[in-house]
Amino acid sequence: MSIKHQNLVVSAAPHVNNPVDTAVIMRDVCIALVPALAWSIYIFGFRALLLTAVCMCASVFFEWAVRRIMHRDSSTIKDWSAAVTGMILAFNLPVGLPLWMAIVGCFVAIVIVKQLFGGLGQNFANPAIVARIALFVGFAGKMAEWSVTGKMAAAILNASPDAITGPTPLALLAKGAEVPNNAQMFLGFINGSMGEISAAALIIGGLYLVFRKVISPAIPLSYMATVAVLALCFGLDPIFQLCAGGVMLGAIFMATDYVTSPITTAGKIIFGIGCGVFTMLIRQFGAYPEGASFAILLMNILTPHIDNWTKTKLNGVEKGGKK
Amino acid sequence: MEKKSKLQILTNGFIKENPVLVLVIGTCPTLALSTQAINGIGMGLSVLFVLTCSNIFISALKKVIPDTVRIPCYIVVIAAFVTIVQLVISAFFPSLNDSLGVYIPLIVVNCIILGRAEMFANKNSVIDSALDGIGMGIGYTIALTLMGCIRELLGNGTLFGVTVTANVITPMTIMTMAPGGFLTFGVMIAIVNKITKGKVREKQQNKCLGCPGSAFCSEKEEGGEQ
Repeated sequence: MSIKHQNLVVSAAPHVNNPVDTAVIMRDVCIALVPALAWSIYIFGFRALLLTAVCMCASVFFEWAVRRIMHRDSSTIKDWSAAVTGMILAFNLPVGLPLWMAIVGCFVAIVIVKQLFGGLGQNFANPAIVARIALFVGFAGKMAEWSVTGKMAAAILNASPDAITGPTPLALLAKGAEVPNNAQMFLGFINGSMGEISAAALIIGGLYLVFRKVISPAIPLSYMATVAVLALCFGLDPIFQLCAGGVMLGAIFMATDYVTSPITTAGKIIFGIGCGVFTMLIRQFGAYPEGASFAILLMNILTPHIDNWTKTKLNGVEKGGKK
Repeated sequence: MEKKSKLQILTNGFIKENPVLVLVIGTCPTLALSTQAINGIGMGLSVLFVLTCSNIFISALKKVIPDTVRIPCYIVVIAAFVTIVQLVISAFFPSLNDSLGVYIPLIVVNCIILGRAEMFANKNSVIDSALDGIGMGIGYTIALTLMGCIRELLGNGTLFGVTVTANVITPMTIMTMAPGGFLTFGVMIAIVNKITKGKVREKQQNKCLGCPGSAFCSEKEEGGEQ
């Protein structure tokens, strides 16, 4: 009879075991995304659910297929990371985007950004962000077509059912037109990418993640604080700037990606501030109305350097001395 | 260095030592110009001509050119042929001249030509050098045209200017921009590595040959250790 059968485990230290693994964390992220998904189904109708399902299935399929082709262990689809990437990517897309374009986005995210660099833990940038930017630059027209598909949406967003496209709040602001009030912005009675419209639903998900200790609040808080402070500096409405565009979705779900954000709290705060600064600079001075995804991508690339700057000082090691 | 047959010298540049995809030299014009297939052919043939002629000349003059000032001498020879190419293109193919732009005069400092002069022409006979120039030029043309086809098809929906898929599916414009260039380049290098099973590097007699800086690297003379 082996030792295992007697419930005796012989192993090297450490002996404290935490049952939380990648799959548990990723499942928590999925759960945290549900309120925002529910809200977007309420606003945009069934198409939102379809787009999310297609993105999740395509991502998981690409993960499985590419790992099979590259002769790697294809059981990584069980860790939910591909599903989360697909879900977050769907949240970043306009709800009326042709499905094949969404699948191209999943290909970019999973195959190019994630697996070609070595899979989960090796990717230099958040796959969903790079996919969003690739689609944004590649299919500029379609990605900026904010069609209002659901009947509910037409009623809520004050668009007549004939005129099925409506601009996002940031586009309205850029044009100098009247923008929705802050309550509409916060609750999500606005147009925009599928999952980013309701700040309230995203915050509920974020609180769940913080409560479950999946994410540290350092990055979201420093990101949002920077956006608010810079909005005041530029003479803009901070609540509008926080609730508009991808700041909430980016700060809570994309900037906090373990692989592409710094390890230490100090590093996380630098990372969040950097994201906020670049977001506001692009919104204010850039050619695009929204810059959250570009800001996060830029900070993703800087993450190794931030980690280097904010290395924890080892106890008993003199400054500049050797170990 | 073991003696290669004439055919081997010619076909060396096609895949086995493809200047762009295996030796990874001359990448700047490759990335910038492979947005259209026709650019690839135009640029490839220009390089083919310059490379062959300069290889012949440098090989013929290798006893005359003093070793200490060989690089300036090569540049003079190369620049002469580039001028010929540029005048011919601007006279007979003005539209190609417009799309290739500054990259025609920049052939003068193209790593491939200087690299082959240094690596091959100044050590080998005139005929061998001519064959090497033709082979490398064809390899360059193939790589550039293939990249141009892929990027034009995906990014613009056309092939050699003829609409193929543009009216069926929306082309992904990012492929004709810089990111698409790097992406295609990387994938093609990976495929060539797969075809040659990555053995190219090991087979080279001179370890430094695979290094892009080998043309100018002083350690090569002492048989540097990679």
